[in-house]
Amino acid sequence: MKNKLCERMKGILLKIFYLYYDGFRNMTLGKKLWIIILIKLFIMFAILKLFFFHDFLKSRFETNKERSNYVIDQLTK
Amino acid sequence: MIDNIDLSLVDWSRAQFALTAMYHWIFVPLTLGLSFIVAFMESIYVKTGDPEWKRITKFWMTLFGINFAIGVATGIILEFEFGTNWSSYSWFVGDIFGAPLAIEGIMAFFLETTFIAVMFFGWNKVSKRYHLISTWLVAIGANLSALWILVANGWMQYPVGMHFNPDTARNEMINFWNVLFSPMAVDKFLHTISSGFTLASVFVVGISAWFLLKKRDVLFAKRSMIVAGTFGLLSTIFTAFSGDSSARLIATKQPMKFAAFEGLYDGSHGVPLLAFGVVSNQPDTSKNYLPEIQVKIEIPNLLSYLAYLDPHAFVPGVNDLINGNPKVGLLSAQEKIERGKVARNVLKSYKEAKEKKDLVVADVLRQQFDDPKFQEQYFKYFGYGFLNDTKSLVPNVPLSFYSFHIMVFIGFYFIILFGMVLYYTFRGKIDGKRIFLKLLLFSIPLAYIASQCGWLVAEVGRQPWVIQDYLPTVAAVSQIDASAVQITFWLFAVVFTALAIAEVSIMTKQIKIGPKKEGEK
Repeated sequence: MKNKLCERMKGILLKIFYLYYDGFRNMTLGKKLWIIILIKLFIMFAILKLFFFHDFLKSRFETNKERSNYVIDQLTK
Repeated sequence: MIDNIDLSLVDWSRAQFALTAMYHWIFVPLTLGLSFIVAFMESIYVKTGDPEWKRITKFWMTLFGINFAIGVATGIILEFEFGTNWSSYSWFVGDIFGAPLAIEGIMAFFLETTFIAVMFFGWNKVSKRYHLISTWLVAIGANLSALWILVANGWMQYPVGMHFNPDTARNEMINFWNVLFSPMAVDKFLHTISSGFTLASVFVVGISAWFLLKKRDVLFAKRSMIVAGTFGLLSTIFTAFSGDSSARLIATKQPMKFAAFEGLYDGSHGVPLLAFGVVSNQPDTSKNYLPEIQVKIEIPNLLSYLAYLDPHAFVPGVNDLINGNPKVGLLSAQEKIERGKVARNVLKSYKEAKEKKDLVVADVLRQQFDDPKFQEQYFKYFGYGFLNDTKSLVPNVPLSFYSFHIMVFIGFYFIILFGMVLYYTFRGKIDGKRIFLKLLLFSIPLAYIASQCGWLVAEVGRQPWVIQDYLPTVAAVSQIDASAVQITFWLFAVVFTALAIAEVSIMTKQIKIGPKKEGEK
């Protein structure tokens, strides 16, 4: 019974694997789109996020209390 | 407060957010609508077994895939901007944004990415029925993703279900269901997704018209037109109704926005609807610096009726909201500014008392802050306390007015257009109507213009607020270097323009190739 279940699970996982494997292998237009997606993600995370978009409050203050105090100062000055 | 702020930083931060949001919105509505159109087409294929419907489904699915791939993750940049450029705002909104955006992330990841793989890779690998279910789940998932961000946006326009904690300076969610089912969020969601359905339908009938003009794949084009024409007609009518309901809500919750996009300066009973008008580009010094609206076509009593379902109802204009109107219980803007300053001073005194460890005073101030009377009479106007000039409460009237009227005009044009598409297609006359087919093709950009105008109305019209009445845009911005924002503005402009060019060129190439025959790669 347990073996049967294991076999079945293995079969399902293999099916899922081949769905993606064959899908990616047989892509025509998809390859170009994946290149665009990867370039876009690289620009967004490796350039923009890393060099330009630091979280303002997290990068300047260590604790939530310090962040709260800073924002209250900004709201009341 | 406002005197200490670098206004060029505020302007550049706003410009950057507008640029990224508007580019992001080029991709989103087509995804929302095309996903359902593809699901309808595949449902017909599964029901009839006709391979032509499979061919039709696969063609539009390819265009959906191009748009999805190029547009995916462009919205993440907006989240980067929240943390960097709008840190005070991000902190102030607290859980209200966190919860819906987290749900969006999880739903988008599991529903879309899992079933999109089956949708594209699963033809002939999974059963027809399972494939169809996957296509429907992608459509539902894409639209549910939009729900959460629109719930967050709806809260910014009409904040409900929260309590401001003066110890943390954060809004804490006290009722998730009030936030989720806020009438503003519901209207915004329905109006936004139905406008996306309309845009996608115009896109499909426009491209199908091109095939008919080229006398190529005629059956494919006509069948596509029937599906998109029907979906488009129903969606556009629904968009008009949801827009009407949304405007009625704006009239009561954001009356300044309503007055600006309707071009109403002096309120009265039985106000006419300004169906058409030309706004002067010179502010009129005799009329509170509001630009004069010159050529007017008005429909008597209609604005009162649309706003309050009563043709004789009083609708406040910009001047009523600035100067106040005791007869209808409107406070003046100056009074709201004074009350806002009181609320800010209580917050400041509370913080100072805590710092001095004067617990008795701190306790009294905290009780005052939590008093429902104080909340209703003072904290409700907290955001006004940042402003000095009552004129700063008036949004850009020409931009709001024109965006609103262009959006509405194009919307009604689409109802007629879809009606004619269905009439000519069912009567078998569509092939011969070459001028009409060209009109359909050239209507595609109009759908994008109307869609962008909708966001201009929503976001420009609510200025100066980032959170209605609680936080003005000038107080929400981070104290960072304006030059850093300028650099990233231009970087985004280049990246997004490249993506838009890639989208148009890949799509155009794919459209020219046309629907493939079974087995063709």
